[in-house]
Order: sequence, then C-alpha cells, then structure tokens
Amino acid sequence: MAGRPKPDWAPAADITALRYRAAQLAAIRAFFAQRHVVEVETPILAAAGVTDIHIDGLREAESGRWLQSSPEYAMKRLLAAGLGDCYQITRAFRAGEQGRWHNPEFTLLEWYRLGFDAEALMAEVAELVAEVLGVLPIATQTYAESFAKAGLPDPLTTSHADMCAAARQHDQAQPLPAGLEYDGLLDWLFSRVVVPCLPARCFITRFPAGQAVLARLSPDDPRTAERFELFCHGVEIANGFHELTDPDQLRERFRRDQSRRAESARPVPDIDERLLAAMASGLPACAGVALGIDRLIALGLDADGIEAAMAFSWDRA
Amino acid sequence: MVVATGGFLSNGVDMASFTTNQFKSGLKILLDGDPYTIVENEFVKPGKGQAFNRVRVKNLKTGKVIDRTFKSGESVEAADVMETEMQYLYNDGEFYHFMKPDTFEQHATPAAVVGDTGKWLKEQDVCSVILYNGEPLSVEPPPHVTLTVTQTDPGLKGDTSSGGSKPATLETGAVIQVPLFIQEGELLKVDTRTGEYVSRAKD
Repeated sequence: MAGRPKPDWAPAADITALRYRAAQLAAIRAFFAQRHVVEVETPILAAAGVTDIHIDGLREAESGRWLQSSPEYAMKRLLAAGLGDCYQITRAFRAGEQGRWHNPEFTLLEWYRLGFDAEALMAEVAELVAEVLGVLPIATQTYAESFAKAGLPDPLTTSHADMCAAARQHDQAQPLPAGLEYDGLLDWLFSRVVVPCLPARCFITRFPAGQAVLARLSPDDPRTAERFELFCHGVEIANGFHELTDPDQLRERFRRDQSRRAESARPVPDIDERLLAAMASGLPACAGVALGIDRLIALGLDADGIEAAMAFSWDRA
Repeated sequence: MVVATGGFLSNGVDMASFTTNQFKSGLKILLDGDPYTIVENEFVKPGKGQAFNRVRVKNLKTGKVIDRTFKSGESVEAADVMETEMQYLYNDGEFYHFMKPDTFEQHATPAAVVGDTGKWLKEQDVCSVILYNGEPLSVEPPPHVTLTVTQTDPGLKGDTSSGGSKPATLETGAVIQVPLFIQEGELLKVDTRTGEYVSRAKD
C-alpha cells in the first residue's frame, strides 16, 4: 500500500478495505444460505490441540486449553452427530506464523458437504472464489504435474538424493535449507519453484500420501491422497480433503505425527480422542475445505499482503 | 508452542541466541563466526508443510550481502553487536582513539577499521561506533561536520557566488569541491554522506 506509514494505534488496512471485507463476508454468508449450508460455531478454546508436525498451537495459560488452529475436528464431531452440510467463519491460531501472507491469528472459512468428492467440492470452491475475485478460468494440475511443469523431477518416484541434485539446479530454490527430509524438501521446492510457475488460478490435486493430512488416499493410486489446494496469483487460498472417515487410519497418522514431533524434541500434543470417537460412531462420507478469508479479501483488494485486509494485524493487536 | 529464548542473558555465560520467530530487520546474528545484520526476513510456509525463513543478511565486517534459508524454529547465535555514540579524541597514526562520553571509557581503533571515514573525523566530534564483542567494528562520522579550509587557490578576480568550483583541502585532510569564493581559513559545513560542501559555517 502506498502512502505514509499509519500510526501504531490505527489499523494498517484502509477503512474502505474494511468495508469491502464486511460486504464480502455478507456475500459469503448469502452464498451458503442459498445452498442450505448451515452456519455453526464451535469452541475457539478446546481441551485438545492438533498433532500436525508443522502446526504449532498456542495455549491459554490459565486452563492449558488450546486455541484452535482450525475448526475441523469440532465440525467433524457435528457431522458425526448428524448436523449435515455446514460452514463456519472463525478465528484460527498458529504460533510463529507471521509474514506477508501469515498472521498468527487469522480468519478461516471452513465448510463440509455430505456426499461430495474432491472434484464436486472444488467446483463449489471455484464458484465461491468467483463471487469475491470475479470469474476467471481455473486450471487444475496434479501435484506431480506441477513439478514437471516447473522442470522438477517426479515427486512420487524420485530419490531424496536426486531431488536434492535437481533442487541445486534451480536459482529460485537457493540457498537450499540444510538438513531437510524428503517432504520438507518438496515443501521448499513447491513454495519457491512450483508455485511461481502456476497459472493465475490453479487447483493442485493428488498430494503425495505423506502430505495426506486428513484426506483419504486415492483408491486408484495410494501414493497420492484426495487432497486439493487452490492457488490464486501464487497465494495459497484453500485446502480441501475428500475426508478420511476411518478412525483407525487416522489414529495411525496422528501417532506417526506424534513420534516425529518427539524425535525432533518438539511438544507432543495429545490425540483428540473425541474426534476419533465421533469417527468411530460414523462420520458420513463428505468433503471439506478451509479457505483463508484474510488472503482472499487481500487478493480482492489487489494488495500484496494480508495486513491490508485486517483491522489489526499481529504487530498492532 | 515455540517459546522465545532470545536476547542477551544477564549472567553472560550462556550463549544468547534467537529463534527464527524473532527474526526481523536489524537483528544482529552470528553466522560462520562473523557478525551479520538481518536486512530482510521472508516467512515461507505451505499451510500444512514445513515453514522456512529466507533471510537476506549483511556481513558487518565486509559489508557483503548474502541470502540464507533456515527451517523455522531453528536457533541462531546472537552477535554481541551494539551501536554506541563515542567522542573522537585523536589519532596517533596507528590507532584512532574514541571515548564514551558517559563513562569516559576509551577505545583504540585500528586505522584500518576507521578507513576512509578518518578524513571526516575532527577532535571532539561525536560519532556512531559499532562494537562487536566490545571492539569497534566500524565508525560512522556525524552526518554534517564543520571543518576549516587549510588550503585552496584564491578565487578568480571579480568572481561572485554563482557557478564554478575548485578543490579545497580541509583541516582533517579531506579534499572537497567548494565554490570559487571560498578562502583559506574559512569554516565550512560538509555533508559526510555525500562528501559535498553545504555552506559556510556561522563561526
């Protein structure tokens, strides 16, 4: 944003940007009302956090409860209880995530659709994004295709050593961080080399199984998962899953996360047993997606960071 | 959550360090044994993936700027670097001597460290000195200094204040371009950042 720096007490965002944000939130709520998707609210402070290797939670000091990094687990419990299609616009918290496109406290739109697969939900994400950013064709590339288009080897078949060698050939990937595991190396290459090559709007599908998170594995190729992401102008806007419904598989993934956290001497949060119990009682077949509202609004404003779309970002909060 | 551990510890025994969470422009860190200042810090993170800090850093000894990438959460040793105001006392040919005005503590700085800056230093002037492990690393002169002209050719007859310039040697040895009307013995105000004449000084 041009102009003089704003005083510390004032919002970094322009007042017109905040009015624009309010209008977009109203339009998003209307979008779901038309489709009979129910708005829900779930706790921001809860007993369980997440075991994700790369998401560090924040805790409330008095109670030890976790500020939720996403409303996903609570919303899945509502789905298991029979609520049906639902959405939520809520605050989410992630320690240490601060930068041009990150704020440790941010606004997530999360929604679930019963009976949808990844493709059906991607189509709905495209419609919602068009409401805010206008209509523009959206390309789709699998994770492996996106690597090929960026001149990188196949992430599903290449050895760690060969991928490192390929990484050294790309200026954008320099300087290479030291001591990366294979998935970390893929994350770095994806962020630095692949994403800048993507079309203006692009879905990435079929993430490697190691990055499945809570998505089910693809039945036709279990090296990949039914997880998708949407990138707009190089910014990650949404992450969705054709949801894994099997609690035993999910417990396995949580345990693997916990042991990897323990290996690197990082805090090891407990597994959310209420989520697993809800899944054991029956999570209906569904797809779900989380979309970063601050980023979407910032792109709608043609801004070069989320500060332009937030009343008070971390440094002013 | 990641707990902040940075800053200098009071007992002076434990090595102070910063985690990547504390990275910001101006932070002084130690890389490969040299002190660096962070020029730019970019946070890179795919939503579900590994987070990185890609930083641009400047070597405080050589001025060379390089890029580094860290996995977020990594710790980096803090460089014991501080910027302080010191009064320039004199130089003995080998060392420039500075004093902290509040404590009268004196520092002898090798002429090589002072380098070209020496030509702006006038006794009693207050400079900004960067100390690394307590030793001067670099010296910044005041932005403006007032110096006497020790040698300059007389201006041409009939010359007014408009147009033309000539070299003048100042009391510290610096040579600058001055207007033709300037005479030996005059006091001049000089901008040390550009090395240019600003005006005649009042007295």
